[in-house]
Amino acid sequence: MVKIKVVVCIKQVPGTTDIHIDPQTNTLVREGVENIINPFDNYALEEGVRLKEKSEEISQTVALTMGPPQAEQILKDALSVGMDEAVLLSDREFAGADTWATAVTLAAAVKKIGDAGLVIFGKQTLDGDTGQVGPEFAQRMHMPFIGYVSKICKLDRKSIQAERLMEHGYEIIEAQLPAAISVVKDINEPRVPSLRGKMKAKKMEIPVWDRHHIGLDAEQVGLSGSFTQVVKVFTPQSKHEVMMLEGSTAEQVEKLFGKLKQLNVVQGA
Amino acid sequence: MNYFLTEEQRMIVDICKEITEKKIKPVRAELDQNQVFPSEIIQEIGNADLFRLFIPEEYEGMGTGIFEVCLATEELSRGDLSVATSYAASGLGFLPILISGNKQQKEKYLPLLASGQKLAAFGLTEPEAGSDAGAIQTKAVLEGDYYVLNGTKQWITNGGEADIYTIFAMTDPKKGSRGASAFIVKKGTEGFDFGKKEDKMGIRASATRELIFNNCKIPKENMIGREGMGFLVAMKTLDQSRPAVGSQGVGLAQGALEEALAYAKVRKQFSNTISSFQAIRHMLADMATQIEAARNLVYYAAKAIDSGQKDISRLSAMSKVFASDMAMQVTTDAVQIFGGYGYMKEYPAEKMMRDAKILQIYEGTNQIQRDVIALDLVKKGF
Ligand SMILES: Cc1cc2nc3c(=O)[nH]c(=O)nc-3n(C[C@H](O)[C@H](O)[C@H](O)COP(=O)(O)OP(=O)(O)OC[C@H]3O[C@@H](n4cnc5c(N)ncnc54)[C@H](O)[C@@H]3O)c2cc1C
Repeated sequence: MVKIKVVVCIKQVPGTTDIHIDPQTNTLVREGVENIINPFDNYALEEGVRLKEKSEEISQTVALTMGPPQAEQILKDALSVGMDEAVLLSDREFAGADTWATAVTLAAAVKKIGDAGLVIFGKQTLDGDTGQVGPEFAQRMHMPFIGYVSKICKLDRKSIQAERLMEHGYEIIEAQLPAAISVVKDINEPRVPSLRGKMKAKKMEIPVWDRHHIGLDAEQVGLSGSFTQVVKVFTPQSKHEVMMLEGSTAEQVEKLFGKLKQLNVVQGA
Repeated sequence: MNYFLTEEQRMIVDICKEITEKKIKPVRAELDQNQVFPSEIIQEIGNADLFRLFIPEEYEGMGTGIFEVCLATEELSRGDLSVATSYAASGLGFLPILISGNKQQKEKYLPLLASGQKLAAFGLTEPEAGSDAGAIQTKAVLEGDYYVLNGTKQWITNGGEADIYTIFAMTDPKKGSRGASAFIVKKGTEGFDFGKKEDKMGIRASATRELIFNNCKIPKENMIGREGMGFLVAMKTLDQSRPAVGSQGVGLAQGALEEALAYAKVRKQFSNTISSFQAIRHMLADMATQIEAARNLVYYAAKAIDSGQKDISRLSAMSKVFASDMAMQVTTDAVQIFGGYGYMKEYPAEKMMRDAKILQIYEGTNQIQRDVIALDLVKKGF
């Protein structure tokens, strides 16, 4: 069996939490905002680099992003922290992709890269915030998916064992390779780039693949390949009302029941 | 201001900036409080190739010069002087090998130091020999293929943490400073132990320790240069390293100014921000001007060394004196701008002021530096 490649999918996002939405197009205003690697993706990159450093089973690490030509910068950043190769998916036709069209595009690219044993995603992005691309990618590739991984316990050419963070504790899951995972912050502490890494990254030519390179039809990508469309983005107005119930447990139950009935949440005597 | 840096030099600054912001600033108060050696940060610095800056490419370095080392040191000092001292002291420890070592010694030690896997330390000072380094009493006696070391070194930065030590000892005590020689001593050598760790006013996270040699046998080939050249090796090393102490001052002061400026813009008294008061504004202006002047002197001294200029003692001493006196003043002013809050440990200003003091003392006190400058001036004029 050949050694596996580890592909890390990353995204360029505006380097601020102060995100502005264009009210006309419902898309992000990108002017005047510095772009960075989606913060969660730094953990994915670090994990990829560490796996390669530790394991003989890995032949190569590849950073992959879909985005405008300027997204090349985050791939350079990925190379300077130690990724071996990088690929930029860039094509006007990719514009307006929802999570599914993005997943389809990434899947086609990962197929073209070949021998990918493990594909790593960040838990979610700062801008889209859906956390869907990873699972949808795995679905498209018919790969098992382990979300919210906080530790990779074991990895060989055939399988992965990973610990994942759930709301009420940890789960340890084993899956056959090829597999996809998404990682959370607890998994590692991302390194800063090295000087040699930065110099190597500066010199490296990053291949740019368009729709034809990855063999997809026009209807599969970008806006045409998307099932969903953002109609409106807004900050929900949250109205919280808090009521403290007092008295003995029985009295509290009584009061709570009364209140819920009053609100038409429950019915009964 | 861009200081006409090349792209590679800018990369060095950017990397150090990232280390300062992400790795150093969040933990510096805690490291200071608990006197914890910043091993993880030093490892990060090593992984980022920053120890390679000192070292030629043939020994797995980056082949850059003292100027690049100063850029890195300055930016790390903006974060924390303990970290920057530990970094620079390793360079001080291996400069003697770099400057006067033979090929085998360079091949054996420099690659390990370049990667940051191992740290170095520089052992000159003794309880009875500080400014008067010629008065060291540690002895090295040749016995067959070995030198046998006996004596105690004091206040050695990176003591205990480093693996490779450059030690200065008397091979011929009758000859005074001409009787000193330099040796490479590895941690773990029989008869080489560490004494107490000092509890210090500032740079509390850096390791300052005693080195104790008790019939410690060192292979003959570990001598750096020839017998009797030790003092010369030490002086040449310090001439090259002093601008880096200057850059510690520049970085530290820059950090203090940034903190003071940010605070002055938000602290309100008499219904106005204190940055609107002329007394504060002029203080800020003087701080910024002094920092800029020191930075330019340090950069100039470093570049003079890198250009191969021979007579650098005066310039190198000037850059150390000026930048360290400046850092003491600027950090003191930063505390003043913070007022009572500046005196409290919740803010970084008081730590910066405590840290600054060492710069006027180590690697030759500022009195000794002024002696060096004056001696050169009187002897040679301009
Ligand atoms: C935190 C720390 C880290 C250190 N790290 C190292 C290290 O890694 N390696 C190492 O070898 N050493 C190290 N040192 C030692 C340091 O270099 C010495 O402390 C310094 O050289 C001064 O020596 P001294 O402390 O014995 O002071 P002294 O020499 O006793 O000086 C006392 C005072 O007298 C003044 N003075 C002395 N002689 C003269 C003179 N001729 N004319 C005018 N004034 C004079 C001095 O300027 C000073 O003000 C370190 C010291 C400290 C505190």
